[in-house]
Amino acid sequence: MELIRPGTNFPFTRYRKVAFLISTLVNAAVLVALFVKGPNLGVDFAGGTIIQVKFHQNSTIPDIRKALDKVNLGGGVIQDFGEPGSNEYLIRLEKADTEIGALGEQVKKVLAEQFGADKFEVRRIESVGPQIGEDLRFRGTMSVVVSTIMMGIYIWIRFGGAFGARFGLLFGTGAVIALIHDVLVTVGALMLTNYEFDLTVVAALLTIVGFSVNDTVVICDRIRENLRKIKRETLESIINTSINETLSRTILTTGTALLVLASLYFLGGEVIKPFAFALLVGFVSGVYSTIFIASPVILLWESRTVRK
Amino acid sequence: MRQSVQTRFILFTVLTLASVIYLVPTFVNPLPEWWSKFLPANRINLGLDLQGGTHLVLEVKVDKALENNVERIRADLIKVLREKGISGASVEREGFQVHIKVAAASSEQVRGILKGEFGNLAEAKPQQTVGATTDFYLTLSKEEIRSLRDYAVDQTLETIRNRVDQFGVSEPIIQRHAQNNILIQLPGIQDPERAKEIIGKTALLEFKLVDDSSNAEDAVKNGPPPGRQVLYGQAGRGENLGAEKAGYVLEARPLMTGEYIQDARVRPAEHLQGASVELILNPAGARLFEQITAANVKRRLAIVLDNRVYSAPVIQERIAGGRASITGNFDLKEARDLAIILRAGALPAPVEIVEERTVGPSLGQDSIRQGVTSFVVGGLLVIVFMIAYYKGAGLVAVVAVVLNVLYMLAILAGLQAVLTLPGIAGIVLTVGMAVDANVLINERIREELRAGRAVRSAVEAGYKNALPAILDSNITTFLSGVILFQFGTGPVKGFAVTLCGGILTTILTAVYVTRVYYDYRISARKLERISI
Repeated sequence: MELIRPGTNFPFTRYRKVAFLISTLVNAAVLVALFVKGPNLGVDFAGGTIIQVKFHQNSTIPDIRKALDKVNLGGGVIQDFGEPGSNEYLIRLEKADTEIGALGEQVKKVLAEQFGADKFEVRRIESVGPQIGEDLRFRGTMSVVVSTIMMGIYIWIRFGGAFGARFGLLFGTGAVIALIHDVLVTVGALMLTNYEFDLTVVAALLTIVGFSVNDTVVICDRIRENLRKIKRETLESIINTSINETLSRTILTTGTALLVLASLYFLGGEVIKPFAFALLVGFVSGVYSTIFIASPVILLWESRTVRK
Repeated sequence: MRQSVQTRFILFTVLTLASVIYLVPTFVNPLPEWWSKFLPANRINLGLDLQGGTHLVLEVKVDKALENNVERIRADLIKVLREKGISGASVEREGFQVHIKVAAASSEQVRGILKGEFGNLAEAKPQQTVGATTDFYLTLSKEEIRSLRDYAVDQTLETIRNRVDQFGVSEPIIQRHAQNNILIQLPGIQDPERAKEIIGKTALLEFKLVDDSSNAEDAVKNGPPPGRQVLYGQAGRGENLGAEKAGYVLEARPLMTGEYIQDARVRPAEHLQGASVELILNPAGARLFEQITAANVKRRLAIVLDNRVYSAPVIQERIAGGRASITGNFDLKEARDLAIILRAGALPAPVEIVEERTVGPSLGQDSIRQGVTSFVVGGLLVIVFMIAYYKGAGLVAVVAVVLNVLYMLAILAGLQAVLTLPGIAGIVLTVGMAVDANVLINERIREELRAGRAVRSAVEAGYKNALPAILDSNITTFLSGVILFQFGTGPVKGFAVTLCGGILTTILTAVYVTRVYYDYRISARKLERISI
């Protein structure tokens, strides 16, 4: 079976201006949204408590709210969790005056008064103090930033050796721009769908950074090879050839990864869903950014230096 | 060539067998007895999110320990100054400092005392003489503060470990975390509330005399008389906390603290009394207790735990033998918990829970089921796709992927790494990403074939030319996995482990194991055609 016929030569770089424009707009929109609205932070980063409760009988959110309103637990959001009809709910409490360890017990008690102690089960409690949340927020952001920069440096060194530091720097810069794009697109998608940012989302972002750079490496590797092999063509045409030659690999690899991710997304359960979703978006974005951003960035740079 | 193929084949067969052996304990339960004698019996460790349990981070309030220490020094200072006949001195604690005010006339003498007997104190500010009084400002030295902080955290850790051990949790993890935090993981615990109660109690036990000459209500209204304090008894618990609290006026200075306790035992309820906890004091404590009771017959002695009066019986006679008992309104379970914390000793500083993650066992079961389902379905999808796309070469890649998962799990079992739900996701993801290496190789081989090469040289060129890209792309993912491991906690760390472990096994299986097959065909001169 072949998805991409050999000899396919789609002029990807021709669309680079449109791609740059669209991507810049999308990224700018995400950045604005990040600073204006801010991401929807889960308890890992914002601090607070979530309590996952499963009822053995039909129950409704207003019922639960009525029970919780009897005690002042610092406001709360109650939402359905899991498949519809599973009678499972997630109660989110903001920072309360009560010490973290005691919150779960209090909620358990008021629920027991309302519904009876054997009618429900507390399946999960996660409480994070504000100090820890702040610390995790900082470290999470730093880890994404550091790994992005490290990818750039890796590519710089990797390709700088054979083709001179300037060329390595070009590839490295292209890769970093593409990675920033992927991270921002993923963050934007999470904000649009209202998924909460928690530790697993950071894990997903780091994986996206590590995986998305793969395509860039493979294509850059091919560009390097073709530069050596084909002397007469323009840089643009060499880049295009390289993208096309590796296209079926790019699609296949991402395709199999998306297959398993779809399986995780649909079957892996509620806890893993935001993680799988972020990876799905990030991997697709990774293919796009490698083809339409990382490789043409080299061209942009080159044409400018040539003109001067 | 043929020999090298044989060697490699044997090597990978041995590796595969070893992996199977490492995984048997995880999947066979119970293990036959002879197995654990000769073969590895370690199972894959499940994280708290999969087996249920409680993860706690406690912050040790080290400043409180320091304050207590300075408070003790203040008491010593008062005592020493009084013994040396210096009258009219006032000694106050201000944060971590002690402020001494004396008449200017005796300032030289005080200076000498401080130098001689309190050499461990540093001057916070130079002494000042204004009019007829001299002020001294003293503080703990920097090293002393540091070692006291360290001591407080270490001691807390030790005490909590004792309490948890007595509580009976299998394989708890208790370790220092960051500067002043303690990380506690209690796998499979059924009653997290009770565990928290036991772990988090400071459990400072004090014996204090009740001052019956003062009226509790007056003391509450006008503040207690000097040297006295008001503490409350055990009122109802839970919802009517604070409903009816009996106030006691106590002498603030404790006669004795819990440090002399050798053992604490539960005595079940008898007659009309509830359960009680009997304290057995060590010899020094027994002597002290005898002296105290002898000197205070007919007075009431309050037993105070964490500033709450449990009981205040009248001392009928001198009590020798070093036994005392705490009665209160508790049931057997509470009495047992109290005995545990009294045996393990008091925490040198209060602790506060700053992070808690508790997963019930049923959720863990669900997560395992969902994780395994998505792994099986995702894996099957990849297998079908690879065989449909590459036929024979796809099958070779599938074998590599299966071995990949086998090796990965064996590494988890062998290294006793922890498998978490994100960790399972990492394995699923590895299945999807591992085929990348085979895709790179196979695409290369196809290209070389199209360029008109013979099958044999196409295969060789395919492997050779694909290798740099395979290494590069795995190294980059590995790098971000390492960063994630540094950053992450608990479950996320589990993901980093399977991601990085998966990359190592991927390179091994996708590049080197599959190569054995092709090299075998080449060496057997059977590689005229290739299904790819």
